[in-house]
Amino acid sequence: MNVKLKALKAAFPRTIPIMTGFLFLGAAYGIYARTSGLSAAAPILMAAVVFAGSMEFVAVDMLRGAFDPLNAFLMAIMVNARHLFYGMAMLDKYGKSGKKRWYLIFGLCDESFSINCTAEIPEDVDRGWFYFWVTALNQLYWVSGAALGALAGSFIHIELPGLDFVMTALLLVIFVENWLKERSHLSSIVGLAAALVCLLIFGSDSFIIPSMAVILILLTMLRKPIEKAMGETKS
Amino acid sequence: MTSFQIALMIAAVALGTMLTRFLPFFVFSGKKPVPKYVEYLGKALTGAALGLLVVYGFKNVNVLAGTHGLPELISLVIIVLLHVWKRNMLLSIAAGTGLYMLLVNFVFV
Repeated sequence: MNVKLKALKAAFPRTIPIMTGFLFLGAAYGIYARTSGLSAAAPILMAAVVFAGSMEFVAVDMLRGAFDPLNAFLMAIMVNARHLFYGMAMLDKYGKSGKKRWYLIFGLCDESFSINCTAEIPEDVDRGWFYFWVTALNQLYWVSGAALGALAGSFIHIELPGLDFVMTALLLVIFVENWLKERSHLSSIVGLAAALVCLLIFGSDSFIIPSMAVILILLTMLRKPIEKAMGETKS
Repeated sequence: MTSFQIALMIAAVALGTMLTRFLPFFVFSGKKPVPKYVEYLGKALTGAALGLLVVYGFKNVNVLAGTHGLPELISLVIIVLLHVWKRNMLLSIAAGTGLYMLLVNFVFV
C-alpha cells in the first residue's frame, strides 16, 4: 500500500478527538473575532499562519486595541514559550523526518505535540508521514473551525455557555492518558505542582513563564531519580 | 487599525510563535550530538509539560467566588474516572464537556 495512505490511515483516528475540539474551539474563536469587530479574513489568516489556539484568542483581544506589533511579538513568545519544550522533546523524532520537518516544526502546537510525542506508531507505518498527517489534519480542523465560526458569526449569534470547557477536557484527557502510559509519574507531578503553585503566586495572566522556570529547575535537580525510574522496565 | 496594521500585528504574532517552535531545532541540530542533559529534558519534560497544560486549562477557575469551581471540579473527577475506565479520548472529552455545560447552564445558575 502507498506509504502516505497507510500513514494517513494510522494517523486519522488519533486526531478525531482533536477534530471535535478544534472545530468547536475554532468556531468559538471565529465568532469571538467577528463580534470583536474584525473581518472574517483576520481570524482565518491567523489560524493558518499562527496555529496556536490560546495565543489567537489573546491576539484577537490585542487587535481590538492599539497598534503595537512589538508587544504582540513578545506576548506570542511568552504565551507559546512552552513550545520550546516541545521542540526539545521532538528533536530526534522530527529531525529524522526529512524535508517534512520544516512543516512539522511550523505546526508544532500542543495537540500535535501530545499525539506525536506519545503515539505508539506501528512498525510498518512511516513515522515521518504519520507525524505529517497528524499535524496537517489538526491544522485543517483548526482553520476549518475558525472559518465556520468567522462566517457564521457574520449573521448569527450563538450562545453556548460552557462550550469552551472542551479545551480543558481535552488537555486533561491527554494528561490522564499519558499518566496511564508513563513509567514514572515524577515529571507529571512536578509539572502539575509547579504550575499550580505558580498560578496561585503569579495569577492566571503571568504564571506560565515562572512555571517553566520552576519545572526546569526541579527536573534538573531530580535528574537521577527520574532517569532511574524511566529506565526501569514496567513490571 | 488599518488592514495593513492588522496584517503586521498578525505577522508579529506568527513570528513570535514560530521563534518558540524553530529555535530548539536551530540551536541543537547539526553534526554534533545533542548533549545528554538536553536529551534527558526532552524525555522528562513530556509529563511536566502536559501537567502544566492541565493547570493552564483550569487557570480561570475562581474558587473564592461564583460557583467556587464546583462545576469544574465535578467535571474533572468524572472525566478522570471515565477515562481510566473506558480509555476512550473522544468519549471522555465529549461527556466531560457535555456534563460541564449542563452544570453551568442548569445546576449552578
